[in-house]
Order: sequence, then C-alpha cells, then structure tokens
Amino acid sequence: MLSVSKALAVRVEDVHLTYRTTVERRRTLRHTLFTRQRSVFEVEALKGVSFDVPHGSVLGIVGANGAGKSTLVRTIAGILPPTSGRIEVHGRVSTLLSLGVGFNRNLTGRENVMLGGLAAGMSRDEVEARYQEIADFAELEDFMDVPMRTYSSGMYSRLAFAVAVHMDPDVLIIDEALSTGDARFRHKSSERMKKLCAEDRTIFLVSHALGSVKEMCTEAIWLHKGRMVMQGAPDDVVTSYTKFLKVGEDAITMEDL
Amino acid sequence: MSTTETGRVAADIVRVHTPYRKGLPNLPVYLKDLWDRRHFAVEMSRTQIRSQHLNTVFGQLWLILNPLLLALVYFMLVLILGRGRGQHDYLPHIMAGLFLYYYFNACLRGGAGSVVGGGRLILNTAFPKALLPLSSVLVAAYRFMPTLLVFLALRLVKGDGLSWTMLWGVPVFVFLTIFGTGMAMLFATLNLYFRDVSNFLPYMLRLWLYLSPVLYFPEQLLNRLPPALDHVVVLGNPLFAPLATWSRVMVQDVQPRPLYLLISACWAIAALLVGSYVFLSREREFAVRL
Repeated sequence: MLSVSKALAVRVEDVHLTYRTTVERRRTLRHTLFTRQRSVFEVEALKGVSFDVPHGSVLGIVGANGAGKSTLVRTIAGILPPTSGRIEVHGRVSTLLSLGVGFNRNLTGRENVMLGGLAAGMSRDEVEARYQEIADFAELEDFMDVPMRTYSSGMYSRLAFAVAVHMDPDVLIIDEALSTGDARFRHKSSERMKKLCAEDRTIFLVSHALGSVKEMCTEAIWLHKGRMVMQGAPDDVVTSYTKFLKVGEDAITMEDL
Repeated sequence: MSTTETGRVAADIVRVHTPYRKGLPNLPVYLKDLWDRRHFAVEMSRTQIRSQHLNTVFGQLWLILNPLLLALVYFMLVLILGRGRGQHDYLPHIMAGLFLYYYFNACLRGGAGSVVGGGRLILNTAFPKALLPLSSVLVAAYRFMPTLLVFLALRLVKGDGLSWTMLWGVPVFVFLTIFGTGMAMLFATLNLYFRDVSNFLPYMLRLWLYLSPVLYFPEQLLNRLPPALDHVVVLGNPLFAPLATWSRVMVQDVQPRPLYLLISACWAIAALLVGSYVFLSREREFAVRL
C-alpha cells in the first residue's frame, strides 16, 4: 500500500467540506414568521484535497486568507467531519489551533493545563507528571496560578504551545500559534519541534510566516480557495506562493492548477 | 474506527474520519472514550464551581446561602398568598421540594448551555461531547449536596430527627438524576439548532415548578382536580411522581407509593434514551453548527 519507505502518518483522500448556514437577509419578525424559504448560504471550504504525509515530516500549509487551511487541519484533528472523502490518521493528535486550546479565561493556567490534558485523553497522573515541564517551558512561573484573563496574548500562546508539545503527540497540529511569541520563544519552539520530528513525529504547521515555513518544514502544500495548488519542497512552494501573491490572482486561473 | 495496538512508535492508534451521517457513533468505542475521559468531567465541574463564586465576598458560603434565600423567598410568597397557612410540615415540604426541583433545574439549564458555551473546546479538541452535559449535571449535583445538609439541619432543629424512611430519597435522587441527564443532553442539542430554546427555558422551568407539587402538597392538587385528570397529572408530569415521593419520604416519613417510584423510573429511562440518542446521533455535526 505504501510507496514511501516511511510509515504513513496521515492520508487525506479527496476531502470536501462545505459549511452550510441559513441566513435571513431581512431580519424582521414578519419575515421570520411568514417566509417559508430561507436562503441557505454555502461555503465550499475544501474542494477535493488529497495528500499523504509520512511520519517524521513537518508539513507547512500556506495560502491566503480563506484558503481552507484551518478547516483542513480541523478535519485532520477529527473536529470537523468532512462532507465527503476520507481521512486516516495514525497516532495521537494534539492540536494547537488559532483560537486557543479550549482555554477558559476565568480559570488559572494550572487548571487549564489540567483540563486541556484531560480533554485530550490523558490521565490525571500523566498530566501531573508533565505539569512542571509545561510550566517551565512556558516560562510563566507565578502566573500559572492566576486566572488566564490577566495573561498577555504572548503568555497565552506560550502556554498553549507548551501544552500541545508536551502531550506526547504523534501528530501535532499548529495553526498560526508561533506568531505571537517573542524571538527567543520562537527559537525555543522551533528547537522543540525539531526534537519532535527527530523522534519520528509529524507536525502540521499552518502559518503566514513564510520564513519559518521554509526554515522548519520538510514539505509544504499550498491551498487556494479550497483546492490544493501545489505540493513539494518548502522552498519551491513558498517561492511560487510569493510569486503568486505579487502577481495577483488573474495571472493564474484555477483550472490550470 | 478501529483502535489497534501495534507497536509504540508510529501507528498505535488509527483513526479514520469519514463524512457525517445521521445515526449513532460506534457505541462501544464511544463509551470507552467517554469512560477514559471521566476525570475531565469531574475536573470541569469542580473548576466551574470554584470559578462561579471566585470574586464574591462570601465565596463558597454561597452554596449554603443560595438555598436558604431561595427557601425564604418562596416561603414568604406562599405566606402572602395565604395558601397552606397552618399546614403542618409546610416549611420543610417547601424546602425539600424546592431544593430537589432546583437540582433538576440546574441540570437542565446547565446542560442546555453546555454545548453552546463550550465553543472553543469543541472547535479545538476532538473528544466525546457528551462530557459537556454530563459535567453540568455533576455541577448541579455538587451544588445540591449542601442544600441537602441545610434541609437535614432544619429537620434536626425542628426536632423531627432522622428516620430510615428517608433512605427512599436515594432512589428518587437517582431517578431524577438520570431524568435530568437525559433532558440535559436533549436540550443541549436543541439549543444548538434553535437558539430560541434558551429564551424559552426560564419560563418553561418556572411553569413546570408551579405545575409540580413543590409549593403545595400533592394531595392538595389531586383533591381539587376531577378524578379523571389525576392520571394525566401523575403520569404526564415527569416531575410529579419524584417530587411527591420525595416529600413523602423526606418530610412526612411515610413509605413511598411503589407506583410513583415506577413512574419516576420509566420517565428517567425514557429521557435518557431519547436524550442520548438525539445528542449522540448529532454530536459530530456540532462543530459545524457553532
């Protein structure tokens, strides 16, 4: 089944995902009560994306806003069911998505780490065993016992990253999370990610920071309006993507791709 | 869907995500997932309680103050309306009934808000979402325990003491908890599809309180109704049988009617089956609906 020598981590097969919402154009009581039909607003976020990722690779995902990057990683994490297609994931997935990791702002950092770990399927002992490591990595010290609403956005994302990489993930999904840390923390997190890769784990990195995609990833894909435009070496993908951004949309018609 | 254990390094867990279909998930896998994460529900409800009274002066004392004030308000209301004056056991009846009713109320309201309010967690983590309504039932149960102590203290102060009959309160509590869990799951789902539910809910719950034997004794209602309607009330209001039994065993020290226990059990099982079916068959779609 596998043509590659390394074990398969994630296989995405022809995945489509359509968001449907009913929208009322005129929000009046009369309209609500007496109009039978409501307009359905459909967004095709993914239109047939397929790729394989072997274990030990860092896959960068680039693309303009609304390209479907976040949707794609959510389907891989099993949060959103695809409308059609199939996704196969080997191993434990840990997610670090742009909206935070389900953190409750009224709880302390410590309580959130516990809740996040338990929700991800770890036992209380497992979380406690990792707690000190997480706190040290995030460098929050006394702030761990303060409600998270007092945190700065940098502290927020440092903790989120620390939790995600210490969950012992086989597949780690990172969505835009590195952008808020300072330079030193970014360096530290990229070191940590390299370590995870060396252990044959797999990382998905969704980022607009093309520099870090080039630097950290072993492979990259470029999504545009729900379709996969390109898959290949990060340098090539980033170069084409940058060129595309400069030239503008007209130069490349989607049918050619 | 299959969970196979083959070697640590790469592929010890395989998950396949396929399109959403209406219908139940693979139940053994789901229940195992749920059981594996039971500590999450416990921790979630604990932290919820802790954070609820975080910035108040009295802090956790509110767990006792709330039920006392609640009982006071309704007792005054009923005194002013003039019903039940001179009735023996009236204050204990109101307190016992109110506390149990508000336990159910908290299950339902907490459950209804649990999925809609769990937005971030649902969008960022894949986990069995039934944990959310379950943990709001746990919150309600934690908050119910101190009110039970208040009630027992009242009995001791009044000189009624404790009796073995009161142990019948345990099955009543269990049936109501199961009923509340089913309803919490049902309303968690309904609330996601029709957000209007959360607007209706307070009125529905208030009406339900007045229709149930809390502020009056069950016999008072049944005596005033034509006999033909007795069955409608006793069978049709899922809270009637448990609340009537609760007052009998906790306040009046009378053995429960077996029929009422049976009715409570039937409603509990029906609600759990319907609620969990509705919830589980749709929960994979929740993330899209938020």
